[in-house]
Amino acid sequence: MSLTKAERTVILSMWDKISAQADAIGTEALERLFASYPQTKTYFPHLDLRPGSAHLRVHGAKVVAALGDAVKSIDNIAGALAKLSELHAYILRVDPVNFKLLSHCLLVTVASHFPADFTADAHTAWDKFLSIVSCVLTEKYR
Amino acid sequence: MVHFTAEEKVAVVSLWAKVNVELVGGEVLGRLLVVYPWTQRFFDSFGNLSSESAIMGNPKVKAHGKKVLSSFGNAVKHMDDLKDTFAELSELHCDKLHVDPENFKLLGNMISIVLATHFSKEFTPHMQAAWQKLTTAVANALAHKYH
Repeated sequence: MSLTKAERTVILSMWDKISAQADAIGTEALERLFASYPQTKTYFPHLDLRPGSAHLRVHGAKVVAALGDAVKSIDNIAGALAKLSELHAYILRVDPVNFKLLSHCLLVTVASHFPADFTADAHTAWDKFLSIVSCVLTEKYR
Repeated sequence: MVHFTAEEKVAVVSLWAKVNVELVGGEVLGRLLVVYPWTQRFFDSFGNLSSESAIMGNPKVKAHGKKVLSSFGNAVKHMDDLKDTFAELSELHCDKLHVDPENFKLLGNMISIVLATHFSKEFTPHMQAAWQKLTTAVANALAHKYH
């Protein structure tokens, strides 16, 4: 699976708006993840996951920053996320099913913040982009 | 059996009261067909599904989307009794339509996303959690009679 030219354009054009609210969006996506899928909290015993916590904000910002790296190197996402891929494979070992859950919560967050921009075509582009990111992050698992 | 708390029921029912079933239903089904194009194979008789605008504007997609979401309205009324409520539809989807149950999860996620575009901040994480619980429970009820 790869992104078409039109899909790359959509992602790049929406990214400016998203990165302007990076912290809020990252935090909200994580809040949504933990509310809808409480089992995902298992990976964060070391963090205060209550809504509004500083930990959530810091981690949410980290997640969106990493997505930003992928957007900036949209033609070479594997290269941009190589270190993160190793981290997830050898240290974090996050069950692959969870990437779909976080991706969905990111889509819901973006949809709720930018409803006019989040057309069905934009939705497709973002769904594909996050699928590619998820693939890269799990590609060294075995 | 899924247990919905009083809070979750209030969240679902209060948001549902504001949903334009015709509009949202069409968007939910339309987005499924656009974002996951392989689902179009169940709708060969719907005519032009060749682009986003064709799909989202297709009158048969809108009509069927309304039907599907109206069925969700039934789920909202029977949150404590979903398996029985969807027993017939489950048999239909298995024996006649041959829809893989995975698609029910995809449609459920589409509902969350379209609700997010319509209700923005009002579709809070807690609101989403209640709706995800409902869509998952409906998906399971629809798969229940599969064999």
